[in-house]
Amino acid sequence: MLKQYETVFIATPVLSDAQMKEAVAKYVTFIKDNGGEIVHQEDWGLKKLAYPIQKKTTGFYHLIEFKAEPEFISNLETQYKRDERIIRFHTVSMDKHAIAYAERRRNKISEATAPKAEKADVAEAETTVKE
Amino acid sequence: MAQQDDIRYLNPPKVDIKKKKYCRFKKAGIKYIDYKDAEFLKKFLNEQGKILPRRITGTSLKYQKKVAQAIKRARHIALLPYVTDLLK
Repeated sequence: MLKQYETVFIATPVLSDAQMKEAVAKYVTFIKDNGGEIVHQEDWGLKKLAYPIQKKTTGFYHLIEFKAEPEFISNLETQYKRDERIIRFHTVSMDKHAIAYAERRRNKISEATAPKAEKADVAEAETTVKE
Repeated sequence: MAQQDDIRYLNPPKVDIKKKKYCRFKKAGIKYIDYKDAEFLKKFLNEQGKILPRRITGTSLKYQKKVAQAIKRARHIALLPYVTDLLK
């Protein structure tokens, strides 16, 4: 039976955008190849760390929500450990409350981004009218 | 000489009137505490980044355990510090 998990990893800040995308793509395909399915993905971008890890003070955060077999998690974590680009990772299984919360969070984010885009459009329209 | 009964206060001294503490998770019906929301978790930390005890925050035991778990997760992914000064 598939169980829902959530994984956050921090990649080194030395990576370029393309390298970061490649690293993310690697894990996404790795999950899919092992019979998992991706529920949601979030890129938090370059963030400051609360304390230095491997003498680095910033890192690229990435969040993946996925469904997979419980046996798969240890494989995923070995992949993380072997990967030098990943400086920290964290995987948690989600219970029903966590899943409900994650859904609400996603809706909130999509709502927050959608009205802003509309407002920007309106603002653009106004400026064009003024011109 | 003034006796005990003669002393009057403009405002009666409030000695034993304490506000009842309550568990905010039970009151607001929050079921899941997110470890990714560092700003929210900071309410349960002191300036040194230590977890505040239940006797101060009023959180019920069930949710205190979850708060502690969430804070420890947030610390692991470097959203919160393990040790610090002047967090707030």
